[in-house]
Amino acid sequence: MTQVLERPLKLAPGASGAERTARRRALLEWVAVHSLGVAAALFFTLPFVFVFLTSLMSDSQALSRDLIPHTWEWGNYRKVFDTPGFLTWWRNTLLYAGLGTVLTVLSSVPVAYALAKFRFRGRNLSLMLVISMMMLPPQVVVIPMYLFWAKQLGLSGTLWPLIVPMAFGDAFSVFLLRQFLLTIPNEYLDAARVDGCGELRTLLRVVLPMAKPGIAAVALFQFFSAWNDYFGPQIYASENPGAWTLSYGLESFKGAHHTDWNLTMAATVLVMAPVILVFFFAQKAFVEGVTLTGVKG
Amino acid sequence: MTTLTLTSKRRRAALRNLAFMSPWLIGFGVFFAYPLVSTVYFSFTHYDGFRPPTWSGGQNWTYVFTHYPLFWPALRNTLWLVLVMVSLRVVFGLGIGMLITRIKTGTGVFRTLFYLPYLAPPVAATMAFAFLLNPGTGPVDSLLEKAGVPAPGWFNDPSWSKPALTLLALWGIGDLMVIFMAALLDVPTEQYEAAELDGASAWQRFRYVTLPNISPIVMFAVVTGVIQTMQYYTQPLIAGKVASGVIQGAGTQFEPGYPDKSTLTLPQLVYNLGFQRFDYGSACVVALVLFALSMAFTALLMRRRGGLIQAGD
Repeated sequence: MTQVLERPLKLAPGASGAERTARRRALLEWVAVHSLGVAAALFFTLPFVFVFLTSLMSDSQALSRDLIPHTWEWGNYRKVFDTPGFLTWWRNTLLYAGLGTVLTVLSSVPVAYALAKFRFRGRNLSLMLVISMMMLPPQVVVIPMYLFWAKQLGLSGTLWPLIVPMAFGDAFSVFLLRQFLLTIPNEYLDAARVDGCGELRTLLRVVLPMAKPGIAAVALFQFFSAWNDYFGPQIYASENPGAWTLSYGLESFKGAHHTDWNLTMAATVLVMAPVILVFFFAQKAFVEGVTLTGVKG
Repeated sequence: MTTLTLTSKRRRAALRNLAFMSPWLIGFGVFFAYPLVSTVYFSFTHYDGFRPPTWSGGQNWTYVFTHYPLFWPALRNTLWLVLVMVSLRVVFGLGIGMLITRIKTGTGVFRTLFYLPYLAPPVAATMAFAFLLNPGTGPVDSLLEKAGVPAPGWFNDPSWSKPALTLLALWGIGDLMVIFMAALLDVPTEQYEAAELDGASAWQRFRYVTLPNISPIVMFAVVTGVIQTMQYYTQPLIAGKVASGVIQGAGTQFEPGYPDKSTLTLPQLVYNLGFQRFDYGSACVVALVLFALSMAFTALLMRRRGGLIQAGD
């Protein structure tokens, strides 16, 4: 069907009947495809729109079936920010996501580089272990990990049990970076080595500048996964509201305002918005990352 | 002389490899291998976290499989989600992927709009859907009423809670859309042209050209979908919590899997056993079931011949 559309649509005046039918078919198809596209776009965007509209309703209207606010209560957002703890959750989330991302990139790059470019015994085994770890949920080892962090180190009620492990390579990031580094031709590395660069210098001076898109994708994924994490903070931070993150706190916000859908939706918007803003600035790197992990092997 | 320099060279290379791999080697040992071994050990002990663990043989295992009331419902839910949610996601993802490759006007805008929901943080997205589908006040309810269709109870009805979660999962189809889009664009154009010359219908072109070309990607989507379903945690948990109206905090007990165990999944059992009942031994049993299931499907992904993720290069 694509081919029909890609054919040149300009036909000579006095085109034959067959050509006119083809042109009409192409036009019909254009209309059909784009109507479907609009319908799908409504399905994907209306939830955002309704959430946003509700976040601006008055308390009483939010309990009605109205779709559009009578009065636009921008003050709802102020009320959310004034909720005790909300700013702390922001700070904690930025710490968890920000520091975690930096640590993950620093620790995952050398591992990914070795797995992509060095030949050594056990390399394929290591790679298979990386992929296996990537596919395992945190719940598999959470009991001993919790006992280790909480009972032995006394760090429950903080986010450190979630941040510290990121200094030791994250399986998904290692895998994604390794896939990216495979696409860098070995000739560049050989040239650097011939010029007398050691491995570390080759990595820093030659590979890293070329791997920027891959690193950006890894950083984004890692930032989002920390931002979105619910299970981690639930296990380690739940007992101390001072250590809650946005994703964890949002649910308690709903609990405390269980009939105030307007405030809950305003808080929901505030948790979604940063992720979507970051996406708009880094769309290319992000989509590239999704494709890289999914398709190239 | 030459052999000497060769060995020292080799030793230096080995040291270099070790140095580059070291963050992960430490991480693997401390944060994965060791706790995994402990999980196996704890699964054979009685352990509440206060008194030291005592050996109990297979008691936790028989308890989880025969007496723990939440295990089989969680497994049944997982099966339902694999059969319905995963297949619908693959079909819908492929459909949206095909749609986006045919859209010629405003492609970038459409692609972004289709992709955005995938980015919505799971807690926020689930809360949004809990509101949208909320009986009585939700916009979907009022739209359905205008259309004259009786609205289901969604997250408050045991037979509608999983369909509601499926709807949420279809909303966040962006990951599959991008993967299928890349795969569809990789199908050689000549094959379509040849098929068209042979007079193939649109369905025949899809069946005999598109599908064979993208089948590895379809397999990839199915298998990763199954793996993700084993680990499905945040969305069903939040949906159940919000719908049940339980306020989070110390001392409150949330009925797991509300309504009527219909949103229970395996990872929730690890939390329920370990952190609500302080039965670490049984929690480890469920953790190992989760491990075994995830590994089985990961092995499918990594099969050497025709595997989807090749280990070598």
